[in-house]
Amino acid sequence: MYPADINQTEKNLTPATSFAHRHAAHCESGSVANLLSHYGRPLSEPMAFGLGSGLSFAYLNFIRIQEMPLIAYRAPPRGIIKGVSASLGIPFQVERFRSPSAGTARLDALLDQGRVVGLQTSVFWLPYFPEDMRFHFNAHNLVVYGREGDDYLISDPVFEHPVRCPRADLERARFAKGMLEPKGLLYYPRAATQALQLNQVVTPDNITRSIRRVARTMLAPVPIVGTRGMRWLARRIARLDPKDAATSRLIGHIVRMQEEIGTGGGGFRFLYAAFLQEAAESGSMPVLAEFSARLLDIGDEWRAFALASARMVKGRDAFDPPAIAALLSAQADREAVFFRDLRRALA
Amino acid sequence: MDIHDVPQEGNATLAGLRKAVYARGADNRIVTVASAGWEVEEIVTQQAADIFSDYAAAARKRVEAGESSPLEYWMYARRMDLATFAQSSGIWRWRIRRHFQPARFVRLNPTLLDRYAYALGISRQTLCQLPRDELK
Repeated sequence: MYPADINQTEKNLTPATSFAHRHAAHCESGSVANLLSHYGRPLSEPMAFGLGSGLSFAYLNFIRIQEMPLIAYRAPPRGIIKGVSASLGIPFQVERFRSPSAGTARLDALLDQGRVVGLQTSVFWLPYFPEDMRFHFNAHNLVVYGREGDDYLISDPVFEHPVRCPRADLERARFAKGMLEPKGLLYYPRAATQALQLNQVVTPDNITRSIRRVARTMLAPVPIVGTRGMRWLARRIARLDPKDAATSRLIGHIVRMQEEIGTGGGGFRFLYAAFLQEAAESGSMPVLAEFSARLLDIGDEWRAFALASARMVKGRDAFDPPAIAALLSAQADREAVFFRDLRRALA
Repeated sequence: MDIHDVPQEGNATLAGLRKAVYARGADNRIVTVASAGWEVEEIVTQQAADIFSDYAAAARKRVEAGESSPLEYWMYARRMDLATFAQSSGIWRWRIRRHFQPARFVRLNPTLLDRYAYALGISRQTLCQLPRDELK
């Protein structure tokens, strides 16, 4: 599964005695940023998220997870890793396993070599998560930087501080079954530390390309993604029966995808605004600064949408599906203009 | 959002965990701020957790009335629906649904019970009965 020469090139690696944990908004961008920073390529979470074209919107009514349609404010799992890897020219070693024992043995071997690795896991089986957040979501990313006795030392980017996880639990979380099942997925940058330092520069070209990718999705001429996806969802909401319990569940589910699942607020819009700001400075593309400020304002509108929705879910305001739908289509209008302008500015 | 607008209301579902939120600070720089929680998130997370506890409570009543087996109760108590449970146990939905019949459930062989118990992350003994108290 992995070429034999991998270990040959990395004899100069020292065991990871410490790992610089940084608190992040989103698990995948946080894991990739922290992992690459550890291997000698300093990278912020917003830059990882941006280069990975992490921002999106999708409403896939035909995919049901726990009876709810798939609604995402982000690109599909693993897109950020792939995008960062391609932009920076840093290949990642990616491994999956047939059996849990093989997966655990390989993880232990890598840790013993001093490797720090990223993993895909299921939140439900991670005991350090708060009880109310443990749902069967199989695409949670974290970084393992060592082990001590029967515990793994884990840098889970959505936690403020490093955590520990017993061996059996982590194995279970890596081999959870079902949608997006991780199959023990682990990853780490393939090049040795020195090689990574050669790829320090994020070029304006990389940034432009990653932004164009987001704009293309957001303005895609298909009804289920981007701003058209928002409008479709809005039309669906407008028709809902205010008295039906399913209405409240769907609205609550949308807000949960926007705010609860590590998004950094406003359905990743604030995080992407942080990327545009950093890109404006480090990529010497001053035009992006203005877009960063505009996206922050759009993020505030998403927060207002979440607040209005949650008040109805909680029963503080009467349920008014057309009003929620109107807020959502207004967001679609704002983002359509925003991404059209952004694309034009980069042309 | 400005950093002084980042909600610090506390959020019971986070159990003390703080989340990183991006907000505008001094000189318009966007930085991460640890947020103790926003009531909006609490409402929707609680709602999602309650959906399963409500299903579990309803299943419990059916089990007590002899209309269903503890398997159905445990499925919801472990936050799964039938589709997720079928995927994680590798047992077809229609078959699981049959095993919700109490008469069929009591006749299940230990191997199959173990498969169910493993998928749910509980022991076989636990699987075969309802817990005395309602789970949180």
